[in-house]
Amino acid sequence: MPYAHTLHGTRYTFPDLRTLLARATPFRSGDALAGIAAGSAAERVAAQHALADLPLRRLLQEPVVPYEQDEVTRLIIDGHDEPAFAPIASLTVGEFREFLLAAGSETLAALRPGLTPEMAAAVSKLMKLQDLVAVAARCRVVTRFRNTIGLSGRLSVRLQPNHPTDDPRGVAASTLDGLLLGAGDAVIGVNPATDNVDATCTLLAMLDAVRARYEIPTQTCVLAHVTTSLRCIERGAPVDLVFQSIAGTEAANRSFGVDLPLLAEAREAALSLKRGTVGTDVMYFETGQGSALSADAHHGVDQQTLEARAYAVARAFPPLLVNTVVGFIGPEYLYDGKQITRAGLEDHFCGKLLGLPMGVDVCYTNHAEADQDDMDALLTLLGVAGVTYVMGVPGADDVMLSYQSTSFHDALYLRGALGLRPAPEFEAWLARIGLDAATPDRLPAQLAPALIGLEA
Amino acid sequence: MSGAPSRWTDLRRFTAARVALGRVGNALPTEPHLAFQAAHAAARDAVHTALDVPALQAALDAPSLVVASAAPDRRTYLMRPDLGRTLPAAEAARLPACPGHMLFVLCDGLSAVAVQRHAAPLLQAVLPRLPLPAAPVVIATQGRVALGDAIGAAMQAEAVAVLIGERPGLSTADSLGCYLTWQPRVGRTDAERNCISNIRPDGLPIPLAAEKLLWLIGAMCRLRLTGVGLKDEQPTALPAP
Repeated sequence: MPYAHTLHGTRYTFPDLRTLLARATPFRSGDALAGIAAGSAAERVAAQHALADLPLRRLLQEPVVPYEQDEVTRLIIDGHDEPAFAPIASLTVGEFREFLLAAGSETLAALRPGLTPEMAAAVSKLMKLQDLVAVAARCRVVTRFRNTIGLSGRLSVRLQPNHPTDDPRGVAASTLDGLLLGAGDAVIGVNPATDNVDATCTLLAMLDAVRARYEIPTQTCVLAHVTTSLRCIERGAPVDLVFQSIAGTEAANRSFGVDLPLLAEAREAALSLKRGTVGTDVMYFETGQGSALSADAHHGVDQQTLEARAYAVARAFPPLLVNTVVGFIGPEYLYDGKQITRAGLEDHFCGKLLGLPMGVDVCYTNHAEADQDDMDALLTLLGVAGVTYVMGVPGADDVMLSYQSTSFHDALYLRGALGLRPAPEFEAWLARIGLDAATPDRLPAQLAPALIGLEA
Repeated sequence: MSGAPSRWTDLRRFTAARVALGRVGNALPTEPHLAFQAAHAAARDAVHTALDVPALQAALDAPSLVVASAAPDRRTYLMRPDLGRTLPAAEAARLPACPGHMLFVLCDGLSAVAVQRHAAPLLQAVLPRLPLPAAPVVIATQGRVALGDAIGAAMQAEAVAVLIGERPGLSTADSLGCYLTWQPRVGRTDAERNCISNIRPDGLPIPLAAEKLLWLIGAMCRLRLTGVGLKDEQPTALPAP
C-alpha cells in the first residue's frame, strides 16, 4: 500500500510500509549502505509526516518481513495481545508519541503485550533524544537471578574481564579489579576468545569459583554460542546464564546459528539447573543495529526497525539482561558519535518500552568517528534515561575484542553523578567488604587474590 | 617479588588489560587518562594517515604498479566497504596479464602504517623463495581484502596474497594481515581464503610470518585450493604468543 506526503509543495510517495519506515529514519550510514535511506533531508521529514499520520494498527496489518517467510514475524503477530493494545488501538503513530510522553509508569507497563517492535521503532523515528530519554525513564523492568536488577534508582554493571587467550589468571585479575571498583552486579561475563566446549567449561568453573569464594551475590556467564553452553550444561558445568547474540529476522538469526526452538531448548536446560536464588531469569541476549544487513538478511528494512524486532525474540525468553552493543559494528553502520548516540538511545527506548531489562554497551571502534567525549555524553544520557546496566571493562580498553567500551570508573562516575546505587544485594556485599566508598590499595582480606588462584 | 599478591597493582602481573589504574574520586588519575588518549591517537592516526606510495615503492625490491579502489576518499571508504572492494574498469585495463603467477597486493586497509612498516620486509623475505613466478607487486589505495580478487582476476593470477592494514586496536596500531586466495575472482568468500593476522614485531614477527606464508603457499600449490580445505598444519616452531 503506498503512502504519501506533500512538503513545501513537493509530493513524496513511499511504495510500502518498510520503505516509509526506512525513509523516516534519522540518517545513519547503514541505511545508506543498504540503499534505503531518504534521498534528502526534506524527503526524510516528509516520510516522518506520513508516518505520524499512519494508524498504529496498520503496523500489525502490513508486516515489514513477510509472515510466511519469517518466524520472527510470526512470533510478533501471533503473540500480539489485542486487549492490551486496546487503549492505543485507534491512535496514529504521531498520536502514540503524545500518548507516551504523557503516560505514567503503570500505563506504560500495562501496554507492553499490546506493543509490537514495529510500533516502538515507528514512534521512535518521530522522537527527539529527550523524548527517548523521558519515556524510557518511566519504563521500569525488574529481573532476578541471584540479585535484583532494574529497581528504581539503581545502576548495575556487567564486569567484562576479557583476555586475548582466555588465560584464567588474566580473567581473574581483571575480575578482581572490577570488583574493587564496584562492578559486577549485572553479571560477571567473559567473551571467550575461542568458542569451544573445553575452554568455556574452564572459564565457567573459574568464574563460579570466584563468585563462591568471595560469596558475591551475582551471576556469571561465558558468552559462548548457545550450542556451546548446551554442551557445557550436559557436562555438568556451572552455567548461570545462557548467552546468545540475536537479530530481528529469521535469516539473520540463522546466520548466527540459532532459531527460536534452539533458544527455547537452551532456556529449559538452564532452568533445569535451578541455580538462581531469588529468581529464574536465565537468559542473556546481545543485539546491535546493522547485524541483519551484515548477514545480508535485512529484507529491505531499516536497521533500527530490525533491531527492535530482535527485542521480540528476546522477550519471548524472559531474559535477566539484554544489551545492544551499539558502536561495535563499525562506521559503515553507525558512522560517528552522533549516529552512535542516537542509536543507543533508540535501542534503549525500544527495549524498555517492550519490557526488556535493557543495558547498553556504550562503545566505539578506532575507525569510527568517535572518542571518549562521545561515550561520556551517551553514558550520561543513558543514565538519565534509567539504563539498567552498562559494561565495565578495565580502563575502557577491551584487549580481546579490540574496541573501547565503558570502564569501571565510568560506571562509578555515573552512579556518583546521578545518585544511583548498585543492585541491593550487591550493594550490601560491597559494604561488607568495605568497598562502598573507595578502593583500598592493599587488598581486603576477604578478596585475597590467592582465593581465586592468583599466586605469585 | 614473590609471595601472594596483596596490593592492587600486583594484578598487573597477570594481564595486559588496563587494571589497577588507581582512582581519584570516581575517575582515572591523569597519567592513565593521558596514556589512553595517546593510544587512541595512535590508532586514529593509523586509520587516517594516507599511504606514502612513493616511499613504499622505493622500499620494495620488486617492480610495482599502483591502483585505486572505487572509494574516492577515506570517509567514503569507511562508510562504503563495497566501494573499497571494487576495482574501476579503467584501473583494471592498466594491469598486465600474468597467468600462472603469484600476485602480491599491498593495501592500506584500516592501517596504512602497518603496510608502510611491515609489507616491504615481509615481501623481501618471501619473494626469493616462491615456488611460482611473481607478478609485479600491486599497491592499492582505499582497498579492502576482496579488492585483491578483482585485481587478481584482471591479471589472471594463479593466486593472490593481500597484505593489508588491520583495524587498529588501542595498543596495536600497526598490525598487518595477510589473506591468501587461490585463483582469485570477484565473488570469492572469506571461507575461500587463508589468513595470517597480527603481523607486527610484538605480535607475529615478520620472520615467522614469512615462514607461515611460504608454508601456506606451498600447501596451496600442492592442493590447488585455499580456504577451509587448507588447514594450517605448519609444525609449530615457537610457542603461541
